[in-house]
Amino acid sequence: MDEKSLNVRIWRGGAGETGRFVGYAVPRRDSQTVLDVVTQVQRAIDPTLSYRFACRVGMCGSCAMTVNGQACWTCRTHVAKVVGDDGVLEIAPLANLPVVKDLATDMSVFFDKWARARGRFQGAQTRHDDFARVSPDTPERQAANAGIECIGCAVCYGSCDVVQWRPDFLGPAALNRAWTLVNDVRDTDRTERLRAVAGDAGCHSCHTQGSCTERCPKGIAPTLAIAGLKRTVARAAVNREL
Amino acid sequence: MNAADCRAPDAALRDAVAQARRWYWQRISAMVLAVCVLLHLAGMVWAVRGGLSAAEILARTQGNVLFAAFYAVFVGACAVHVPIGLASIAREWWQWPPRAALWFARAVTAALLVLGLRAVWGVYAPGA
Amino acid sequence: MRRNDHRAHGHPSWWAFWLHRVSGLLLALFLPLHFLALGQALAGPAALDGFLRFADVPLVKAAEWGLVTLLALHLTGGVRLLLIEFGRATDLRKNWIAGGIGVAFAVGLAFALALFS
Repeated sequence: MDEKSLNVRIWRGGAGETGRFVGYAVPRRDSQTVLDVVTQVQRAIDPTLSYRFACRVGMCGSCAMTVNGQACWTCRTHVAKVVGDDGVLEIAPLANLPVVKDLATDMSVFFDKWARARGRFQGAQTRHDDFARVSPDTPERQAANAGIECIGCAVCYGSCDVVQWRPDFLGPAALNRAWTLVNDVRDTDRTERLRAVAGDAGCHSCHTQGSCTERCPKGIAPTLAIAGLKRTVARAAVNREL
Repeated sequence: MNAADCRAPDAALRDAVAQARRWYWQRISAMVLAVCVLLHLAGMVWAVRGGLSAAEILARTQGNVLFAAFYAVFVGACAVHVPIGLASIAREWWQWPPRAALWFARAVTAALLVLGLRAVWGVYAPGA
Repeated sequence: MRRNDHRAHGHPSWWAFWLHRVSGLLLALFLPLHFLALGQALAGPAALDGFLRFADVPLVKAAEWGLVTLLALHLTGGVRLLLIEFGRATDLRKNWIAGGIGVAFAVGLAFALALFS
């Protein structure tokens, strides 16, 4: 076991107070994840540290934070992969979201935008109808499948500069969800959804920076979903469907 | 909640259609410019050999309708493409409000059309 | 809320965006000057020649090379964007970024060679 210490700097502060980085010395161990480090600090050094986690095995997305400037899932980020040369590990809450306390952010606006993008399935059938038959081979279904694994962790949202520059921008996750539904042949809300995702707050403000695609822990490409929305909205506008 | 939610639904709809139009006009003008720029760059690399002089330039351009038509289209495509990009920069990097960015874009469109077509005429008009 | 700094920008697609935006901005600033210079022809060939003589110094020639390269960079970056937006791209086409920069500098080199011939 490596007995050296990690030089950990963790963002501390709540709403209404100026936040700052506080240093902690954490014992370095083999196969340590950043979530292990945060947990160690809260349990053995400073019990007032606030942070979120749940499954700790890379399924729920609750532990998303900014580590050395980049958003990631701390339970799936090995310290060895991200620690600086001087043994410095900087842990901060996700960017672009209001901070509740320390490493916990207020996700309300993220999910509000999900709703504003009409990221909710709307169907016409009832339990009394037969199952819908959707072939997995169609281009639409393949486009939808490419994006449906999103669990709403906000890593993409926290990585996007356009979210920072335009507070109304719906963001990569909401737009990606909308794209999966636009490609769902069972959905009946297409026109309203296309209206919701167009405009300055929607797909047209994406500049293909690609930070969302670069950082998504599920390997989803919101950039490409948003490009699809741009094409689809343009076609609908030309056909006067909007 | 943002301002968009408080606007009348048809205003939001107009915004969606307007943005869609701005988007595809910028892409269409981009495709036109891609062709124009390639031809222009090739022409410039050829033309600057041995130095530039007014006599050389004007001998090629004066009275040349094809040349004038090509560069008029080039100017038009610029007048569509440039302001849309500048408006984004104004909103996002300089944090200008939407109306200011819109009027800025319109001013740039007008300036590019006027100065650009004036320049095309300047080198096309025979016997200046 | 916390904001991202340069460490969040350390990937090729982001640099491609930044290059595309900055090159576009610089070209947009240059374009009116370009039109004004050519418009000098309205005052007669002598006026245009006057400007060309002013432009015949190393600093201006270097700036011209810079502008040609910026234009080529903006073009190749733009073609990549058009392919992502209209094509059936399955990734961010990062290889296009490198290729695009290479082509742009090749164009710049061709121009420089022609300029100093």
